Amino acid sequence: MSTENPTARRYRPPAPLGGRRRATGSPLGRNAKAWAFLAPALIILALFVVWPMISALRLSFMDASGFGREEFIGLENYVTVFTDPDVRDAVLNTLLYTVLFTPTAVIAALALALLLNSPRMPFRSFFRTALFVPFVVSFAVAAFAWSYLIDPQVGLLNYWLRGMGIQIGNVLEDPRLAMPAVALVAVWKLFGFYFVIFLAGLQDIPTSLYEAARMDGAGPWNRFRNVTLPLLSNTMAFVLIFAMIAALQAFDQIYVMTGGGPYGHTQTLVMEIYESGFRKLDLGFASALSYVLLIATLLLSLVQFLFFGRKEKDLSS
Amino acid sequence: MSALRLRLRETRPSTVLAVIALVVVSAIVLLPIAIIVLTAFKPAAEVNAYPPSLLPDQWTLDNLKEVTSELPFARLVGNSFLFAGGVTAFALVFDSLAAYALARIDFAGRKVLLVAIIATLMIPFQATLIPLYQLVADFGWVNTYAGLIAPRAADAFGIFFLRQFFLSLPRDIDAAARIDGASEFRVFRSVVLPNAVPALLTLGLFTFVNNWNDLLWPLVFTTDADMGTITSGLTLLTGPSGIVPHGVMMAGSLIAILPLVIAFLLIQRRFIENIATTGLK
Repeated sequence: MSTENPTARRYRPPAPLGGRRRATGSPLGRNAKAWAFLAPALIILALFVVWPMISALRLSFMDASGFGREEFIGLENYVTVFTDPDVRDAVLNTLLYTVLFTPTAVIAALALALLLNSPRMPFRSFFRTALFVPFVVSFAVAAFAWSYLIDPQVGLLNYWLRGMGIQIGNVLEDPRLAMPAVALVAVWKLFGFYFVIFLAGLQDIPTSLYEAARMDGAGPWNRFRNVTLPLLSNTMAFVLIFAMIAALQAFDQIYVMTGGGPYGHTQTLVMEIYESGFRKLDLGFASALSYVLLIATLLLSLVQFLFFGRKEKDLSS
Repeated sequence: MSALRLRLRETRPSTVLAVIALVVVSAIVLLPIAIIVLTAFKPAAEVNAYPPSLLPDQWTLDNLKEVTSELPFARLVGNSFLFAGGVTAFALVFDSLAAYALARIDFAGRKVLLVAIIATLMIPFQATLIPLYQLVADFGWVNTYAGLIAPRAADAFGIFFLRQFFLSLPRDIDAAARIDGASEFRVFRSVVLPNAVPALLTLGLFTFVNNWNDLLWPLVFTTDADMGTITSGLTLLTGPSGIVPHGVMMAGSLIAILPLVIAFLLIQRRFIENIATTGLK
């Protein structure tokens, strides 16, 4: 999450004489004021984010049914998590979804951003708007629309593809095609967001660098490879990690389109948490599963944080 | 004249190819939106006709009438506005207050707290859903607006995002107010906030859109069909229990996306630019 900008677009005033930070009141008074400003947000975060997280850890060592009965069973839930074939399948499905979704969405977003980066491109703002519209459509509605489009009997897309000699059949009932289909719906919904972030990243690359490269005789591929990509690496890392975290949490469109089927082939981690927690009411097991998701997300976020930590330091100093 | 000629000469074959590619991609991207809008007004016979067609031969309001009789639609849309609007309003107030302290007040423990807040950013709500549900149930808040809104009345991302923006505002802007003896809260409210309108607008829209569209959240915290949102309500129409005709589903979808799409089209240029430049990247 960078706000760092190499060009001096933001005005930074010179430090006032006698100290960089303006001191208002005594340190004690400042502390009291600061905590007063922080209190509402911190109470909400403590109550509804931190406490449930600690609670989930406790629950994950319990046999809990949700009707008040809780019995300590040690690591049993985690043993189940790591031995249960359903969980293994859900993890593999989530990974497959991540692998299908992330590169497709990121490459599509980058390619379109590169095409639309030139200010001379005709109808630039129309295209930009059109590509971003899916982002404001909910996953649920996207799922309804795509389900209808690929309906084996009356689906328009199915019919058009058949006209081109491509038989896709009943996609959502097909164990091989169901996962690519739900991943593509996510690509459709989210790539516009990554596209906008890439566009912003591209705008920050000084044009003088391209001119210099051109003078050195670099062709379009060389300019992309040696100017654009290296200078876009921060944006790229951010988008990649953002997309992977989104993929780990896939739920909405799967719930609507396949319900995890056919035969569990689109059952992801969050689908499994929802099912074991809210359908089977096995809260302890669902909590242990939640911790798997939590740790996977934390690891990814940590990479992101380390990557952007340097900039963060620059900003707060 | 010469400018036009220059522009035409500058339109290279590669640009023409790029425009063609963009037209094709945009058409594919907009197809689901088109199918929602057009199918919503198609008579049932055409919706299920083979071969299918994009445009309706005859336009009808039957689907819209039917979907409003299947679900308490006005109620669900109202719930969506209250839920997404309530979360947005509270989160903007609480997040900006906290962000102000983190960006502009030099207090003990500031850095540690900032790191702690960023750490909570990494916790996906899906992972805390079960204890969160228990907590909300203990408060007696299942099927209430409080239960839907309160847990999201502040969020780490909003705090971080606004803090970054507040840091970028020059420190001098509040000097005059301070010399006049304005309180910290006055500086926040009448100096810093008015300068942060673009960031607040972007964050507000982002929060509103995300909550309006969220499915898992209302699915978990409401069991009463009257307390659901339009997004979760629509899913009641599908699935093994209720197979509803495609035309009716698309009519419902149209109602669900209309407020957001209109709002987005009205302010799209600003929205996209703000997302791009105010630090969401």
